[in-house]
Amino acid sequence: MSFPDQRSGTRVAFEFIEGNEAIARGALRAKCDFVASYPLTPASSILTYMLQLLPEAGGIAIQAEDEIASMGFCIGAAMAGRKVLTSTSGPGMSLYSENIGLAIMGETPMVIVDVQRQGPATGSATQGAEGDIQFTRWGTSGGLPIIALSPATVGEAYELTYRAFNFAERYRTPVFLLTNKEIGMTKESVSLDAIELPPLVERKRVPPGQSEYVPHFFRTAEEVPAISDFGGEYVVRYTTSTHDQAGYLTTRPEIIQEMLAHYRAKIEMAIDEITLVKQDLQENADTLVISYGVTSRSAAVAIREARSRGRKVSSLVLQTLWPVPERAIQSAMAGVKRIIVPEMNMGQYLIEVERLAPRDAEVVGVNKMDTTLLSPAEILEQGGLQ
Amino acid sequence: MSDVRYETYMTGSIKPLPFCPGCGHRTLNEALDGALVKLQLDPEKVVIVTDIGCIGVSDQYFTTSAFHGLHGRSITYACGLKLARPELTVIALKGDGGCGIGGTHLLNVARRNIGITLIVANNFNYGMTGGQHSVTTPSEGITSSTPWGNIEEPIDLCSTAAAAGAAWVYRATTFDKDLADVFATAIEQPGFAMIDVWELCTAYYGPRNQLKKKDLFALLDRQEFKLGLQVDQPRPEYGARYRQACEQRNQVATTKGAIEPSYPNFIDKQTGIVIAGGAGQKIRSSATLFAKGAIYAGLQATQKDDYPITVQAGHSISVIILSPERIDYTGIESPDFFLLLSPEGLARARERIERLPATCTLYADEALELPATNAQVHRLPFADLGVRVGKLHVATTALGALLEDSGLFPAEAFAAAIESFQRPEIAEANVKAMKAGAGLVRKTRP
Repeated sequence: MSFPDQRSGTRVAFEFIEGNEAIARGALRAKCDFVASYPLTPASSILTYMLQLLPEAGGIAIQAEDEIASMGFCIGAAMAGRKVLTSTSGPGMSLYSENIGLAIMGETPMVIVDVQRQGPATGSATQGAEGDIQFTRWGTSGGLPIIALSPATVGEAYELTYRAFNFAERYRTPVFLLTNKEIGMTKESVSLDAIELPPLVERKRVPPGQSEYVPHFFRTAEEVPAISDFGGEYVVRYTTSTHDQAGYLTTRPEIIQEMLAHYRAKIEMAIDEITLVKQDLQENADTLVISYGVTSRSAAVAIREARSRGRKVSSLVLQTLWPVPERAIQSAMAGVKRIIVPEMNMGQYLIEVERLAPRDAEVVGVNKMDTTLLSPAEILEQGGLQ
Repeated sequence: MSDVRYETYMTGSIKPLPFCPGCGHRTLNEALDGALVKLQLDPEKVVIVTDIGCIGVSDQYFTTSAFHGLHGRSITYACGLKLARPELTVIALKGDGGCGIGGTHLLNVARRNIGITLIVANNFNYGMTGGQHSVTTPSEGITSSTPWGNIEEPIDLCSTAAAAGAAWVYRATTFDKDLADVFATAIEQPGFAMIDVWELCTAYYGPRNQLKKKDLFALLDRQEFKLGLQVDQPRPEYGARYRQACEQRNQVATTKGAIEPSYPNFIDKQTGIVIAGGAGQKIRSSATLFAKGAIYAGLQATQKDDYPITVQAGHSISVIILSPERIDYTGIESPDFFLLLSPEGLARARERIERLPATCTLYADEALELPATNAQVHRLPFADLGVRVGKLHVATTALGALLEDSGLFPAEAFAAAIESFQRPEIAEANVKAMKAGAGLVRKTRP
């Protein structure tokens, strides 16, 4: 987010929009052309914006009968060549769960937005939280990896939605955007046009003229299979059941293991490409704050304050939460004695940080789940940064 | 359609159909093959969508495209495929079990009239999981989950689909000689078409209930279910209507989005403003215009709102932060300015007002009884003025007063936002209201 320098005469045009609108705009920028969602605050307005924006762009937006149908419509449309997005909050994520597994199994490119609200269950309708972090990683049976990105600002909601589509297409996988009511329904001044975006990625499609299409063809485990969309030149097979590369059911253990290894390898071997972090490291820092999402903004204020008092504090803000950017985290941890992990939950990413931390470093969670933002003062105090 | 003549759509490359001897699924699959042969559709333009149960294994025996999804959800994938690619012929195969677990999808596809074909292989029990009862198991029927006889009543899938608005509904049995033709007719329907196909499960339901071919027809009679065409009332297909509606709809009036900073400001630190009022006072939209005014004055801004789910009653509170620099933390422990415009706002914000620091200026409507507070209180007749300028403009009035008193940024910037983002007649009234608010403050000055 840049501020126009009035003295230099730079003219930057701003908008004043909420995170949910930025997600819709980012999706459109990524050429999303199919949306199916079921209304659920604080995610509802993403569907509303899409219902306004997509028809004019030649796309389809539909309010499904429930969250299960939202996922079903999207998976069907994605495999027929559409770039799809569905949006919900915690209660809807629970209903998405089984179809998330299908999307992984069928190697379906799709973007799933979770505008987190305080839970469990109906929880505090509608207040913010970051309670779905581990749920997103382990939210379906089988335990296979997914990709999840977490924006901290309205501008990042736009940018990371766009990048989520790129990752979905590149790796043929569901990609989650883990945002928060505190971003989704907060308006901010932002210049979307000033945000630099990478080139758009489209799925690798099977070239014409092949004798047949093998829907899950790979030579090495990490290779992402090319797609032929339903309705294209080839006959396509898609299945929820354990299958071979050709998409036929199989009971052969060695093929099953090979397929499972492939689902995992295509994400985990690409971890460096998927890693998006912002680091602000200080030389000889004894403390590191690892944060993500809206809480990273409170952390930024706390870190500025601590530094102004002479503390040596480094900052690592994670935009990629899954797969865990382990190398970036371990590199930032080098030499620090204390690692602070503030979260609007009871300590979820803390688990990942703890397993990566050097033995002699103390890992401190600053946790709250009372519907209010963690304040800079709470991070300073409970993180021992005073 | 290509020049190739398709003699069959069943693949020979994998083992033959795996169904039990006498199971109706075999006949059903062969009839579907017959229908496809009759229609001579290109295999890659046909998708057979299945879900769970024995019938769910059918898709891979066809040379068409195939989609095998989660239990009970075949209709949802079929709809996604059809909406995404209207030229596809999409045929969902489902059991009576799938119609139970996915019942809502059946109702909704019928209601929407999305142009897929649904073939229900209805054998009154879950074959794959060991013969448990389903939503179509007849009364008294013996299954592994109703060992004493079914005490639930079965639903009539045809009348259920019809009640939900299905355009084309047919009931058949696997003993019908014309089943392939019926399937072909169903597939040719532009809208949603459903065939409820009664058949025998020779592994479970048949032997447990001594149900043979003649008993199947007796069961139809006993339940007073008729065979044959149930509904034939074509109406526009959903996707076609959607595309037509998109073409016909008026362009949505798009508001001007971009704000180019073009006024000065007089803020050197992050400044928090709370505006607390009631539903109908346009608190949120006025706060947004105010924040946009601040952006016109070169400031960064954020806004969060608090209102009850019953949006036309109760409190409405907006929290605005303005700053010459990037705004990180969007919470406000100690607002710099607090505008209090109605009893609902007071009721919601009472504790907050009691905690306001001495550095905060509180602008409160004259009529409100305030709790004790350390804030510097300015009493202004917002509500009285509201009677003159209209309730819809009270919040703008109050924000006009705030600007006049605080000098955060020029009123012209606020007016620019109002004029850029509101219709001319409303903008005119709002600019007047803003100036009236400024007038209230000027009157209080010595």
